[in-house]
Amino acid sequence: MDTPLLEVRGLVQEFVARDYGGVKGGVVHAVSGVSFSVWPGETLGIVGETGSGKSTLARSVLQAPRPKAGTITFRGADLTTLRGKDLLQARRHLQMVFQDPFSSLDPKWRVRDLVAEPLIAYRVGDRAARRHRVDQVLELVGLDPAAHGSRRPRELSGGQAQRVAIARALAIEPAMIICDEPVSSLDVLIQAQVLNLFERLRAELRLSYLFIAHDLALVKQVSDRVAVMYLGKLCEVGPGEEVYRQPLHPYTQALLDSVPGAANAKAATTIRGEPPSPVHPPSGCRFRTRCPRAAQRCADEEPVMRELPAGNTAGHSVACHFPLVPAADSPARSEEKIGETPR
Amino acid sequence: MNRVNSVSSGPLLEVEDLTVSFPGRRGELRAVNGVSYSLYPQQTLAIVGESGSGKTVSCRALMGLLPQAAVVTGSARFVGAELLGLTDDQMRRHRGTNLAMVFQDPSRSLNPTMKVGNQIAEAVRVHRDVTKAQAREQAVELLRLVHIPVPGRRFHEYPHQLSGGMRQRIMIAIALACRPKLLIADEATTALDVTTQAQIMDLLLELRAELGMTLMLISHDLGLARSCADEVIVMYAGQIVEQAPTPQLFTRVRMPYTEALFEAIPQLERPAHSPLPVIGGRPPDLSALPAGCSFAPRCRRAADDCRTAAPPLAEHEPGHRWACWHPCGNGDPN
Repeated sequence: MDTPLLEVRGLVQEFVARDYGGVKGGVVHAVSGVSFSVWPGETLGIVGETGSGKSTLARSVLQAPRPKAGTITFRGADLTTLRGKDLLQARRHLQMVFQDPFSSLDPKWRVRDLVAEPLIAYRVGDRAARRHRVDQVLELVGLDPAAHGSRRPRELSGGQAQRVAIARALAIEPAMIICDEPVSSLDVLIQAQVLNLFERLRAELRLSYLFIAHDLALVKQVSDRVAVMYLGKLCEVGPGEEVYRQPLHPYTQALLDSVPGAANAKAATTIRGEPPSPVHPPSGCRFRTRCPRAAQRCADEEPVMRELPAGNTAGHSVACHFPLVPAADSPARSEEKIGETPR
Repeated sequence: MNRVNSVSSGPLLEVEDLTVSFPGRRGELRAVNGVSYSLYPQQTLAIVGESGSGKTVSCRALMGLLPQAAVVTGSARFVGAELLGLTDDQMRRHRGTNLAMVFQDPSRSLNPTMKVGNQIAEAVRVHRDVTKAQAREQAVELLRLVHIPVPGRRFHEYPHQLSGGMRQRIMIAIALACRPKLLIADEATTALDVTTQAQIMDLLLELRAELGMTLMLISHDLGLARSCADEVIVMYAGQIVEQAPTPQLFTRVRMPYTEALFEAIPQLERPAHSPLPVIGGRPPDLSALPAGCSFAPRCRRAADDCRTAAPPLAEHEPGHRWACWHPCGNGDPN
């Protein structure tokens, strides 16, 4: 437990946006300097809205496409420096499950072949051993190899198809699975089944997850630690319970207040407006244009991620000049003053 | 809850034994199976259910928006006037002025090649006898009503230039073009982010109060129903299985299916990694419904009588209807 399984430092991913006729229209700053670690056996949840760069982050970790800057250390090797066979071998233990199983599974393949494909790609065992392994993982995810093995994706329900996608990721015994909105296309009852499956696999196989979703309650359900992402940057990272009990970043608070039907909904304090374009992100703090606590300093100076000892637990960090719980060394304002500032 | 006017004016919409079926290769597929409910003026009613529970089909039937193949029986009276079985021409008189609908995906419902302002003006002109200039004026007014900043400029933009939340506002503006009495929002916020969803729901509730509209929310999200609706209908396999005023439903749930839905949703209050209570199985095949209660094969409380006779949907407590032989709560399972 002394070294993280996955350590991401200063990850940057940018794309060139094209206007009409392929004219360069600007640079989309999808992920701008994101750092985090995932320890063995741990689940790190990443929450963010559409366009916050959370899916780009997941793909950049897998080097598809390669990030523009930063290091990604997975099991001791920096993935950004690896090429060809070395990268393939390093990535073997890092698998991914996507949102929509029907578009991530080849519709013409049978379940058995879909699950066996990674085994063949990595030349694992002979035909009999592979067959045995396929049966094993199908049972592990709660499918009957005899009944479901020869079906095609369209003959499965959404929940079953997602189980096949999970079985496929598990076949070559990864250490970590990156899940990008793995249950958001499923109905609540099926969603609960698949979430429980993720939990069971984690306990049985000592897996780590990077769990990406937009649903706060869902992320809390599966995560040990939660990171909140806004417009390509992390605003807050901390133990799940802490982040939800005492959010430090105004954006986290706004997200929590927006959850419909939450028992502790603090009236209608929804944030106004829409996220700015990632082509022209605001200077300083990227949330400042919608933040009720924003001041001049937020425009001039970019807040750095720092750990706030104000909470009860260690490891709760925030990137904000004026966090909701002031730091001991908070220079500018006290809690009272913030209360007075007009919105 | 908002039944203040109901005594004098009666229900706005009365649906009785609505059944929708589609002929299929493996026999008739019953998407909606004997649905009855009343909707009172200025009420906000939420219809919740999983995909395939018939919530969308039952509302599309009211709007006359089902494919030709659909067989619709029963009755739906809008302030006394029958909606089912109308010709397209007759239906058009109801749409827009009496009932209007907002759909889930605004990017697929808007015309990508037409300025959004003109799309709103078009809706105004279809239903009202106004000149082009007047329609345009009203369109700008509608843009202002749905809180679109700088409506004069947004009028001339195309859907792709707007964000998802903005597009949904445009859809609402189009639906409101003729100030409908009943607005049906079919998963209107499902495709949106939580913060945007909160904004759109605020807007819908505000407009409901401002224009005296009645609102029907179709959603799979119980949390949304809880925070926005006065009354909730829960559907399963084409039938209403429970209906109650929102506070009552969330404190005294009776139908085991509703309970299972509640429990399966991850809650912010739940500790991390606690296993979610789940029920196995899948919703029944709509072309071969079981003899008894359609939920019985998956139900924790199911007994022999559940498999032989379907429980009727009856009002067991004031305002609280459920269809179950062995309801949860203090009712003892014999």
